[in-house]
Amino acid sequence: MDLKQIHELIKIVNKSNIGEISIEDKDGKVTIKQKEEQVVTVAAAPQVYNVAPQQHTAAPAPALPAAPASKSEATAAPAPSNTITIKSPMIGTFYRKASPDKPPFVEVGTMIEPGKVLCVIEAMKLFNEIESEVKGKIVKVLVDDNSPVEYDQPLFLVEPS
Amino acid sequence: MFKKILIANRGEIALRVIRTCREMGIKTVAVYSTADKDSLHVRFADEAVCIGKPASTDSYLNIPHIMAAAEITNADAIHPGYGFLAENAKFSQICADHGIKFIGPTPYMINNMGDKITAKETMIKAGVPVVPGSGGLLESIEQAKDLAKNVVGYPVIIKATAGGGGKGMRIVWEESEMERSYNSAKAEAAASFKNDGLYMEKYVEEPRHIEIQVAGDQYGTVCHLSERDCSIQRRHQKLVEESPSPFMTPELRKAMGEAAIKAAQAINYESVGTIEFLVDKHRNFYFMEMNTRIQVEHCVTEEVINFDLIKEQIKIAAGEKISGANYEPNMCAIECRINAEDPYNDFRPSPGKITYLNTPGGHGVRVDSHVYAGYVIPPYYDSMIGKLITVARTRDEAIDTMYRALSEYVIEGIKTTIPFHLQLMQNEDFRSGNFTTKFLESFKMS
Repeated sequence: MDLKQIHELIKIVNKSNIGEISIEDKDGKVTIKQKEEQVVTVAAAPQVYNVAPQQHTAAPAPALPAAPASKSEATAAPAPSNTITIKSPMIGTFYRKASPDKPPFVEVGTMIEPGKVLCVIEAMKLFNEIESEVKGKIVKVLVDDNSPVEYDQPLFLVEPS
Repeated sequence: MFKKILIANRGEIALRVIRTCREMGIKTVAVYSTADKDSLHVRFADEAVCIGKPASTDSYLNIPHIMAAAEITNADAIHPGYGFLAENAKFSQICADHGIKFIGPTPYMINNMGDKITAKETMIKAGVPVVPGSGGLLESIEQAKDLAKNVVGYPVIIKATAGGGGKGMRIVWEESEMERSYNSAKAEAAASFKNDGLYMEKYVEEPRHIEIQVAGDQYGTVCHLSERDCSIQRRHQKLVEESPSPFMTPELRKAMGEAAIKAAQAINYESVGTIEFLVDKHRNFYFMEMNTRIQVEHCVTEEVINFDLIKEQIKIAAGEKISGANYEPNMCAIECRINAEDPYNDFRPSPGKITYLNTPGGHGVRVDSHVYAGYVIPPYYDSMIGKLITVARTRDEAIDTMYRALSEYVIEGIKTTIPFHLQLMQNEDFRSGNFTTKFLESFKMS
């Protein structure tokens, strides 16, 4: 297998929903894994093909494209295990500030505790302050100011203390 | 015409509405509970919004969540499907208040027909034949006994005024049963509908359940689209529907059609709806109730008159006029509801993962279903996983096609009612059209 073939393989895997592919021939073995760990290793081995599909896609995908922002399927990298994800308890428009001229309720690094207002979610002209139920430090803000959020949508990553 | 419709429902009907919207060039928004994340209607819609936890009250019945979803997606209309909020007058009003078109009737129409006693009074005024009955809510067991003995005549049926789906109903054959039936109907009504009001009607023996599809526009024109026979029911839940009814005659269809139009006109009905009648062995028919929504079995009518009822419903909501012409069936169609239930174990529900699926095909076969191989049927909602509809030039051929299609319909990993339908299609009485709503009581699985 030459470099050009391996390059083509990487492109194919990238575009597909294959999680990992190993191809072996008389020259060696190439393993390509999806996502961040795009490892390409070459080792000597006989001719064997195996493909490990990603876990969830047993369902048929519709022929027409359908992937707008508000569908939020979990394509984001999973949160590190020592963080808590604060998810939206309601549907509406997410705001980081009480009003446009005020500063955001929280930033990365802000220490929070139960009761601290993290953001405002507006639905049908009613503004709802979302309070924290945990104590810790904001590690990441996952949603942009003034964007729609749905039920259970991840909003903040918090390192508990 | 609407630019974007939010479908406030799930499962096969959500898919059904999305399909027609696609054909009409209308964008679609699906809403879903966390349990329906992998549902087909979510994948087929242009946008999807998660609206809550699995329980219906937290999601599909949660009006604020649904309205918020409509707001953030800028939907200009909401299709409620059937069940859930489809006949909720408050929801219809809230949509109107927010400038979002509810694809269905107005709150006035829903309220008028939703309360069974008010509906009957409206029908009596309109000159539509009704089942003789109590004329109002029952006040006591003594009053019920008196009415049954002196006015209505045994056997009688006690029903919940806010009822549906067969709940809160008891047949009373003689006076000695009245007290127990009255009390248990009241308790069941309170638990199912939060309204324990009961009324009484003459129990029409060996009735056939024949309903007439109607449609009305915003300008006062109403038409009918002929009948569906839904007599094959188990515990008042329909299992098989067909059109035309094997019991129908041209005279009866004309009379029932005219009565159905009168019924819909009495409330200036807008949208599609169904008038349900009971028909006795002498072909006397009595108004039972009106369903102010699209129904599960609408596909049967679609196949025999060749019209897309969802498309008509959307067009009516967008202000288009209907021609006013009535339609009669020019084909024969049957629908079998495929439920995730075990017919060999008293139709016990069977949620779980579908490990293998093969849907039938070929001439005259239609499958309306939201399931796929690998799909996990959630336990929170009803057990219907699909509808199999066959259409042919004669009833016999439609039945033969149904039998053939059922034999191809392979669903593994869960139990389904396919074996029941297979046996039904070979049953002599069913094939000869000789059945009433009591048919399934004496039907045994072999």
